[in-house]
Amino acid sequence: MVPLSYYLLLSGILFACGVLGFLIKRNIITIFMSIELMLNGVNLSFVAFAARWHALSGQVFVFFVMVVAAAEAAVGLAIIISVYRTRETLNVDRVNLLKL
Amino acid sequence: MLHLILFLFFGAICVAGAVNLLVQSHPINSALSLIAVMASLAAEYLLLGAEFVAAVQVIVYAGAIMVLFVITIMLLNAGVEERSKGSRVAILLGIPGVLIGGVLVAWTLLYRSNTQAVPIGALKGDPVDIARLLFHDFLLPFEVTSVLILIAIMGAVVLASRPEALARGARKDEG
Repeated sequence: MVPLSYYLLLSGILFACGVLGFLIKRNIITIFMSIELMLNGVNLSFVAFAARWHALSGQVFVFFVMVVAAAEAAVGLAIIISVYRTRETLNVDRVNLLKL
Repeated sequence: MLHLILFLFFGAICVAGAVNLLVQSHPINSALSLIAVMASLAAEYLLLGAEFVAAVQVIVYAGAIMVLFVITIMLLNAGVEERSKGSRVAILLGIPGVLIGGVLVAWTLLYRSNTQAVPIGALKGDPVDIARLLFHDFLLPFEVTSVLILIAIMGAVVLASRPEALARGARKDEG
């Protein structure tokens, strides 16, 4: 028997790590992975609350989050590829112009 | 007791992987630690009695999405990231703010929330129940997400293809 608060704490730690990575990392792919980490932290609290309240809809929402994450990964990585093609860099500090 | 030990074990792997993602400077190492985080999260879902979610987590997240990431890293030949100088104000204000926020959240979750233990297997999480919910109660969101996926596929193809390839395709259509 694990208290619900432990799951929420773990989910909070994962989300905080994602936010921290989003802020401090400079590689655009790693920033993108930090977003995935945040989504995973939220998923964990969804499943924990679903177990706590005996409601399966929490688990169904996890699937929706996964679908959105998959769509976001596909589009985001395509954007990264096209950014790399035009700028020749993955460092977000150097991607500071809207138009070349 | 065994549940608590398993929870702590996989939770420690999760946190270690998340911290490793931040510490590593090469994106491929970050990707591998993210895979470790996702795999141990699947174990946490098993502990919560959500078997189907755990399986989908491994297949979709640790499988499909991370393969996309690794392919992109290898395609772009991403190297070690360059560090940029941080601002003083962010450090002066940010670190105390993060500490205060973290202590508040942990204190609230541990002592001020009416939390109870989550028993394993308490929830019926088998695919039949989930499918009934997904295809009956959540039918409209399900259909909307399928449109979303279609748009995402088209967007990814358009964005990632070379402009000259697109122009060639247009010429072929005309001629």
